[in-house]
Formats: sequence, C-alpha cells, structure tokens
Amino acid sequence: MDHALFERKSEFEWRIKPFGKMRVPGVIFASEALLREMDAKVYEQVTNVAMLPGIVNASFAMPDAHWGYGFPIGGVAAFDADAGGVVSAGGVGFDISCGVRTLLTGLHGEDIDAVKMRLADALYHAIPAGMGSTGAIRLDAAEMDAMLKGGARWAVERGFGTAADLERIEEGGCMKGADPAQVSDQAKKRQRDEMGTLGSGNHYLEIQQVTDVYAPEIAAAFGVQAGDIVVSIHCGSRGLGHQIGTEFLKRMVLAAPGHGIELPDRELACALINSPLGQEYLGAMRAAINCALANRQILTHLTREVFAKVLPQARLPLLYDVSHNTCKVEEHNVDGRLKKLYVHRKGATRAFGPGHPDLPRELRDAGQPVLIGGSMGTSSYILAGTEAGMQHAFGSACHGAGRAMSRHQALRNWNGRHVVDDLAGHGILIRSPSMRGVAEEAPGAYKDVGAVVDSADQAGLARKVARVVPLVCIKG
Amino acid sequence: MRGLGATLEQAFEQAALALTAVITDPADVAPREMLRLSCEAPDAELLLVDWLNLLIYQMATRNLLFSRFAVHLEGSRLTAQAWGETVEVARHRPAVEVKGATYTALKVAQQPDGGWLAQCVVDV
Repeated sequence: MDHALFERKSEFEWRIKPFGKMRVPGVIFASEALLREMDAKVYEQVTNVAMLPGIVNASFAMPDAHWGYGFPIGGVAAFDADAGGVVSAGGVGFDISCGVRTLLTGLHGEDIDAVKMRLADALYHAIPAGMGSTGAIRLDAAEMDAMLKGGARWAVERGFGTAADLERIEEGGCMKGADPAQVSDQAKKRQRDEMGTLGSGNHYLEIQQVTDVYAPEIAAAFGVQAGDIVVSIHCGSRGLGHQIGTEFLKRMVLAAPGHGIELPDRELACALINSPLGQEYLGAMRAAINCALANRQILTHLTREVFAKVLPQARLPLLYDVSHNTCKVEEHNVDGRLKKLYVHRKGATRAFGPGHPDLPRELRDAGQPVLIGGSMGTSSYILAGTEAGMQHAFGSACHGAGRAMSRHQALRNWNGRHVVDDLAGHGILIRSPSMRGVAEEAPGAYKDVGAVVDSADQAGLARKVARVVPLVCIKG
Repeated sequence: MRGLGATLEQAFEQAALALTAVITDPADVAPREMLRLSCEAPDAELLLVDWLNLLIYQMATRNLLFSRFAVHLEGSRLTAQAWGETVEVARHRPAVEVKGATYTALKVAQQPDGGWLAQCVVDV
C-alpha cells in the first residue's frame, strides 16, 4: 500500500483521517515495510468498518492484516450498544473462537531427541486431523447443549483435563451468555462427529522448543525458559462454528436494510446489538466459543495421553489459551470513562495488560500471554499484553504470520513431499494426510512472522517474550 | 472459485466443480451416489452462495465429495442433483475442508460473449 494514503502518527501507527461516511479514523499498526506489502484491500476494509454505526475510537488493523470478508483479517473494532452499535458475523469470521493454546512440558530438547519420531507418529495416530476424520466422542442432544453452555468447563467435568486448566483459559474456560437454543439443528449436526478433531488448513498441533527469551522476568512468570519443550494447538469451533457463521452472515445480509443499516459492502453484514437478531447471534456465537474451548480441551487431553505413554515423567500444564476470532463484551477506558464495549477481534488476539482483573492471579503482574502461531517451518512467538496496548487498540495484538500468497500459487511453487523432506532435514517432522495440503501450507507461502511480531512489539501492542521453533507438526 | 458456462445453470455446476477442486482432484471422485438438493434466495448471487453452502454442509455431515452436478433454476429457486462418493482419505488425500462460501468477490453475471459467470471466495 502507498503510505502517502496515511498520516503517520508514529513509526508503527498509520492513521486514515475520516472521509465520506467514516464515523471514526482508521488506524493500521505496522512497520513501513509491512504496510508497503499489505494488501490494498485492507485500506478499503478498514475504512468500510469505520462507517458502521456505534463504532468507538477507531477501526484498527494489526500488523498481520490482510484481505478478509467484510472486516480485514487482523481487524479490531469496538461498538457501543447504547450508541446504536452493531454486532457483525463478518467481524468475527467463520471459524468462531479459532485460537491457540500452549502447554508446558517441563522437558528439554535432550529429553525428546530419542523419542521424537515415536511422539510424532503417536500424536498423528491420536489426533484426528483433516477432512474426513472424526472424533471418538459423540454427543446426544442434551450433552451437545451442555457442551455449548459449559465449554472447557464441560470438558473438564467429563474427565478431559483438570480444574487448573480452566484458570488458564480466557473466560475461565466457559463463555457466559451462550444460548444453545440459538444454534440451529444443522450446526449441531455438523458438529456431531467433530468433537476433538483438529480440522485442516492452517490448523496444527506442534511440539516446539523455546530458542530465545527476550523478557526473562515475564518468561519466568510464564514458566518458560530457553531450551524448554512446549506443545501448541491451533484450531477452532469446527463445523458448528462454520455453520453458525454461514447462517448468521446470510440472515444479517438480508435483515440489514430493514434495520436501516446502510452497508458499504454486503459482507459487513451486521445487526444492532440491541435487536433480536443481534442478541440471537451473540447467544449462538458464544455457544460456538464454548465449542472451540471444549474442542481444544479434548485435544489437550489426547495429547497428554500420548505423552503419558511415551514420556511418563512429563506433566503438561496449560500456559494459556487465546481465541482470535471473537466478539466479547469488555470494559475499556474511553475518554477517561469506563465503558462497556462489544469488541470484535477477527484474526486478532486479546492482549490484556498487567493488572487486568480477568487474568489469573499468577499471571496478573506479567500481563496476558499472547500466543502467535507461525507457519509450520518457521517460528511461533509468546508475547505478553501491555498497559500501552490497552490504550492503543482495546488490548489487542496480531494473531499470526498471515498468508503471503494464495493456496493455488503455493501449489505451483512447492511439492508437498519435497517440503516434508526439506523440513525433516532441518529436524522438523511433519505428519499430514495430504501432501497437497502441505504444499499449500508451505512456510514460504506465509509472511515473515518475525517482522509481524516485531511490529506488534515496537508499536506497543504486546511485548515479545520468547520465540519457539517447531520440532514436530501434525497438520490437517 | 469461478464457474463459467453457456447457461446460468452450467455456471453454477462449474462453480460446484471448482469447490471440489479446492479439496481434491474431481477426476478421482466417482459419481457413485446421488443427492437431490434445493434452495431458494432473493437474487442469483445470494442463490450461488446458498448452493455452495448447501454442498459444503452435505460434504461435512455425510462425509461426501461430489464430482457431477445437474442444476435446474426456476426464478429464485434452485433444484439440483449432485453425484459423488464417501471421502477416502488414503485415496482422495483431501487438501482442506471448506468452512463456508462467502459474499467476497461474489458475482453472477452474463458475459459479453453471452456466457455466464458465477464466482465467489470460499473460506478454508
């Protein structure tokens, strides 16, 4: 993008002055280099979001922003219900509450060297991944509703994990206000065989090693040291979330004109928060958040079972679980006053700063762990929320590397088998049912996650704590 | 994905074939079983999204892949037959599962040569 389109507020903050029907400015956080490479559609989408009713402060985009549907991926926008604010299915995305969790293991590189291959094969066997895979758990109608109301708490009550896990999940593992009655039978049916499955695309389960620590004090509070082995899981609300997204996107597209909402783009489909449709979506979307939390909890349990067989001395406590496709009610300081806002983060991670009451006691001084996934051959990062970030973009940061090219283009550039062999040469074991899928997810098809994270750190959105690299990657 | 055809119906059939191509090579999907499907929407563009989402739903809940389609349009209503088979991971090696069809780059229009185009972005 041409940086002349922006007013440069600081080295990493680019502002679009309101014009036309924009109610607030647009703000993109990125280095000049990332901004130059950013899709021009991001500019258009950031300005479009700024036109929505009830938007507060600004329409934000994170350093990994790219073209999404309606809202950009990497978009953050908060709405005030009392000022005619809206909730948008396109502002959350199809994969509701897609997110990342990281488990500590207490192990070091030398502990797993001899069993790495065995771990890779055992995890690949235990974790259902890719299209056509099914989970071992079937829920009847009553259990489905209990899961949609209870989230990870439901999973723990059923024996998948421990109560200590819940402390380390946003919302204590259970999103309040979920309304299973707003989730269609079709969405529930689509989830029937998918509890405890990883999915496909950019979703993964990785064994990783911490290579660098940038903020030792925060890393110590997180229980992370250089050389440590950790496990990260990236996935979302599976078929249920996709179906809810599909159904409500359509309902909002059809209903918007009747609500007097003028949409600059059909994909910005939204409903007034204080409307039946808005409330129905919030009830269904929160149920999907619980589905994602329950799903990641079950995958955690399956992972622990594998480690218990291969490395029985290992315990796998949860460092933290973040969701990066959500709309959540939060209190934020607006012009010196605390206000209740509906914060949409689409491909953006919540990043609460030190002292926030929603953080577990042991992490409260350090700030919220912000888990950023890279591509399968490159680094992932652990960051921490900052006080400055609370002021910048409602306590939000980036979520990943973001694609640099389409799947089609990646398929032309790489051969899946060669990618697997090449990564094996670098000590990274890939397990996937589809070599085409691997080619489409080749590390080179993604942007440099390091540059994205550096921008988030230098813009003050979140602080860089540690870098991890993959040793084993299970791909759908 | 983009479907092109001499008629609107053919463009919708080609868009459905492109949907399968996102997942696997349609040539590897045998038309063993047939489903009858229908949907209705206020305009042709919304109908395209509904049609693709209908197929995505059937693929997800019945574990199917499709390779042959016969679409019939009558006003705002679509009725169709879709032929395909159960996913076999070892044989089809599905690259991704599709989450949903979106309204991004959504266009259904007659081309200057008289043919029809039906396109949109799908989320994977």
